Amino acid sequence: MLWACILLPQLALDGVLRRHATPDEPLVLIDGPAQRRVLRAANAAAKAAGLRASLPLATAQAICPRFAAVEHDAAETARWHDFLAAWAYRYGAQVSRQMAASLLIEVQASFRLFGPWPRMEALMREELAALGFRHRIALAPNPWAARALAGVHDGLAITHDAPLRQALGQLSVERAGLPPEAATSLRRMGLRRLAQVYALPRAALGRRVGSDTLDQLDRLSGALATPLVCYQPPDHFESRIEFNYEVGATGQLLFPLRRMTGDLAAYLAGRDGGVQRFVLKLEHERGAATEVPVGLLAPERDAAMLFELARGRLDPVQLAAPVRALQLIARELPPFVPAGRDLFDVRPQQAVPWEQLRERLRARLGDRAVHGLAVHADHRPERAWRDHGESAVAPPLPRPGWLLPQPIPLRERVSRILAGPERVESGWWDGDVRRDYYVVETAAGQRAWVFRPAGEREGFMLHGWFA
Amino acid sequence: MSTIVALDRLLDARRLWRGQPQARAPSRQPTGFPLLDAALPSGGWPEAALSEVLLPLDGIGELALLWPTLARLTRAGRLVALVAPPYLPFPGAWANAGVRLDRLQVVRADARDVPWATEQCLRSAACAAVLCWLQQADDRTLRRLQLAAETGQCLGLAMRPAAAAAHASPAALRLSLETNPARLRVLKCRGGNPPAQPLPWPLPRGEAPVPAADSPHAAASDRA
Repeated sequence: MLWACILLPQLALDGVLRRHATPDEPLVLIDGPAQRRVLRAANAAAKAAGLRASLPLATAQAICPRFAAVEHDAAETARWHDFLAAWAYRYGAQVSRQMAASLLIEVQASFRLFGPWPRMEALMREELAALGFRHRIALAPNPWAARALAGVHDGLAITHDAPLRQALGQLSVERAGLPPEAATSLRRMGLRRLAQVYALPRAALGRRVGSDTLDQLDRLSGALATPLVCYQPPDHFESRIEFNYEVGATGQLLFPLRRMTGDLAAYLAGRDGGVQRFVLKLEHERGAATEVPVGLLAPERDAAMLFELARGRLDPVQLAAPVRALQLIARELPPFVPAGRDLFDVRPQQAVPWEQLRERLRARLGDRAVHGLAVHADHRPERAWRDHGESAVAPPLPRPGWLLPQPIPLRERVSRILAGPERVESGWWDGDVRRDYYVVETAAGQRAWVFRPAGEREGFMLHGWFA
Repeated sequence: MSTIVALDRLLDARRLWRGQPQARAPSRQPTGFPLLDAALPSGGWPEAALSEVLLPLDGIGELALLWPTLARLTRAGRLVALVAPPYLPFPGAWANAGVRLDRLQVVRADARDVPWATEQCLRSAACAAVLCWLQQADDRTLRRLQLAAETGQCLGLAMRPAAAAAHASPAALRLSLETNPARLRVLKCRGGNPPAQPLPWPLPRGEAPVPAADSPHAAASDRA
């Protein structure tokens, strides 16, 4: 197994910067109790102005008159860590975010898919740069060594044990992930490099620095295998974009919506799933959020289609108040079954499969606008049909092609009776029906299906047309 | 012999044009009524085009006219969409007419959404035939539907009130069902003159003729 470690030296700062409108201006993250605010991280512009981490806020204000200060939010940083773990999940089945500010990915199994390591590494770097996260990447045969080497090298790739021993030997004792007090005592003993530590007799070393340090040394060299807690991608998708201005029209939400549906499609492709239903939440300054549900009949994951459907649902929404944040929540993510297509099927331009057409129609006309037809085994005509499901066998009786949703009195003059009466009597348990049905021809030449309630002699009720 | 060569030369030099275009390939969409097929220049519904059926009233056989076509298409596994039917299609009768119900889709739409929904269905090429019931349709709407039917290679059938017969229409075929006496009139058919005499209604059903083979050889022999 080969493990890649992606070290994220500025995870918290990068997470803030990528949402920030002006990342080139001085910006710092601050931390600590209200009486003693301390700078936690500073971006490049702030560093150029002389600010650095662990500087008290008051001192920083004395050094540099203008800079933006953002409160450090550990939960937000954890969310970015999760986000990157979800991103890394496409490169390997075993992803761990157990170690702070770093991701560990087992990559050897993915070489056949992504090509050899240099290509894969380039791909990762490119995507991380596009996402806006600083990173250092190292490859080693075990995750602990990868993490330790990423701390001092960028782009180092070690695939075998002999060079690993050599590289570890060069590592200083402070950078090896040993317990801090052990590292200090080793340093005081005059041991600077790990090579000197590995050369010592093991039992004597163990008595001096404790078993934790021995375990870590063994993990680094690969002698002790310690399982990592692997990342499991969540079973639902949530994405939220907060605007730093007020959005008054749904048209302005389309751009962020396109990015969100794109993210959703990428997430679905990663877990090979589809989405059947998702909710767009439009959050307002005060009051309850406006929810716009988007439902599909069958799971889909095409980014353009998801966007088009969401847009169809969003367009008619009347905004009661300006929108401050847009959230997309997808909880029902059933497996995606792609529709089979014929390889040699020559399709006209603008052709869309029926599933997509149906969703488009439903998005505009309403959820119940498109339905099928099926025979239901019931003698009462109004109950002899269903709008979905398996069809029963239709009895070979004279039945009209058009059925009126409600019987109405027959206004047309009847010129002759063609067939009847046919007694329909059923449903004493729910909606009793006792009728005598006739097929009649009207004076205008129409053929109508009419009935009289059993026992009556006057008047016909029109219930269908033999068209 | 020399005269024939001279004629060919004149044609090649574009000094002489043939007055009549070459005969169209017979339609692969027979109506299911041999008499009606014989009366139409293409021998069936015009393919990939809009056809109109004008109806003065409900219940005079409009479905009987369409059922053979719908039965043939659905039995071939193709999808048929009904856009805004005026009543509920009673499944028992449609099934008894030979229509496969699982290939039938009903689209409910308001009067103003009917042209849009019809156009979407026609253009998508997902359906073999799209039936729509248009109450109000101007020339532009019909032209759009005609173009959509061409784009989607789809059989478009529009049911319209009989009053529409007074106005011109871009539809490739216009049929009118009349009552008292019951008869079927061809008002317009692209590629030929409509028959002068109306056809009797109901028409006798015939075995659907074998659809013309869609092979290059057949087309070539037509041209030869």
